Amino acid sequence: MIEFVLDGRSKVNTYMQLVQQVKQALRVGLLAPGDRLPKVRDVAQSLAINPNTVLKAYRELEIEGLAEGRPGVGTFVTRTLAGASLPNQSELRADLVAWLHRAQAAGLTHEDVTALVETTMRATLPAESPQPKTT
Amino acid sequence: MDMVLETDQLGKRYGGNWALRDCSLHLPAGRVAALVGPNGAGKSTLLHLAVGLLRPDAGTVRIFGESPYANTSILADIGFVAQDTPVYRDFSATELVTMGGKLNERWDATLARTRLAQLGIPPDKPVGRLSGGQRAQVALALALAKRPRLLLLDEPVASLDPLARREFLQSLMGSVAEAGTTVLLSSHLLADLERVCDHVIVLSTARARLSGSVDEIVDGHRQLVGPRHGGEPIRGVAEIVRASHTDRQSTLLVRTNGSINDPAWTVHEVTLEDLILAYLADGDTNTNHEAWGVPA
Repeated sequence: MIEFVLDGRSKVNTYMQLVQQVKQALRVGLLAPGDRLPKVRDVAQSLAINPNTVLKAYRELEIEGLAEGRPGVGTFVTRTLAGASLPNQSELRADLVAWLHRAQAAGLTHEDVTALVETTMRATLPAESPQPKTT
Repeated sequence: MDMVLETDQLGKRYGGNWALRDCSLHLPAGRVAALVGPNGAGKSTLLHLAVGLLRPDAGTVRIFGESPYANTSILADIGFVAQDTPVYRDFSATELVTMGGKLNERWDATLARTRLAQLGIPPDKPVGRLSGGQRAQVALALALAKRPRLLLLDEPVASLDPLARREFLQSLMGSVAEAGTTVLLSSHLLADLERVCDHVIVLSTARARLSGSVDEIVDGHRQLVGPRHGGEPIRGVAEIVRASHTDRQSTLLVRTNGSINDPAWTVHEVTLEDLILAYLADGDTNTNHEAWGVPA
């Protein structure tokens, strides 16, 4: 079971923050298929948010095929995002660490590095398909 | 969609002053609605009309399709906590729960006791000697023990410290999730409302300025920044809510009726808080410089 936290200063919608946290948990393997997501009532109460917001987040996960609601029981994870990329991550990470050290040696600040990574990502990788919009 | 609360041209007058006027709005079942507006905008008047404590001077108000003033049987379905959470201060929480049982046909004493126990409220102490936060929780527990279909709260968190406020909203959201109660609460604390509410009603100078679902309202407004605007129409803009100008630049908060593609304007999304503030400030612009004898 995971526990949700909200970033009050974030520009991201509350429901989208919940969706992103579930996806993050799926990516790092904190959640796996068959796991139950926290009850709507418990999330609404602990975060003091509207239960409809939690329902909306869970519906979004269902639409994306990541979770499934079972009436009267709860919402369960059906798919993982950890995928095949996990085993390669340590190697990629090592490359990135080496690159970051070079960037630092070349005199780049943290902000320079972030800007360089972001612009390069935009130029190199095709844009991810936009999120399906639901209201 | 089932409507819990509907008003049509509703008005209430005190002497020669309209406290609420031409107020037409509706609240669908299952929503948690925020009622916002400056002091004296008519929030409490609207809530008192909704529970039948006041009789309308114009128009109609209907709760579950009935007039609350004429038909008191509807009161069993309404929970109301007035401003400053009034309770009989010499009574203990236990005595208040017992009293509620005698005064109401439908009464879930177990629910009230369970909630009060979870919150650590002392059962035998006069509630007048509890903290403001605890007293607010007692009032909420009593209102919920009626198992109302509609819960009306007038400034429920105004006098509470941040921790008590959060605990109050937590219990409220927990019970809304459990029972599916429709809630209408008035408050000045916009940041809280943004998390808790999915419907908003903005009152200003006795009139309803805005009413609808939060998602639709936020979606239907944008902030535009561009060259100084002389009032000519902009494609996609239905209404300019608020405008501020420098000699070269204009910042507009607008209600949209289509997408805005005019390259002259940079389009920003707006938060609920910005939007409410724009509507409230807009109602305030008729300042009375003349009455004060100063130049405008």
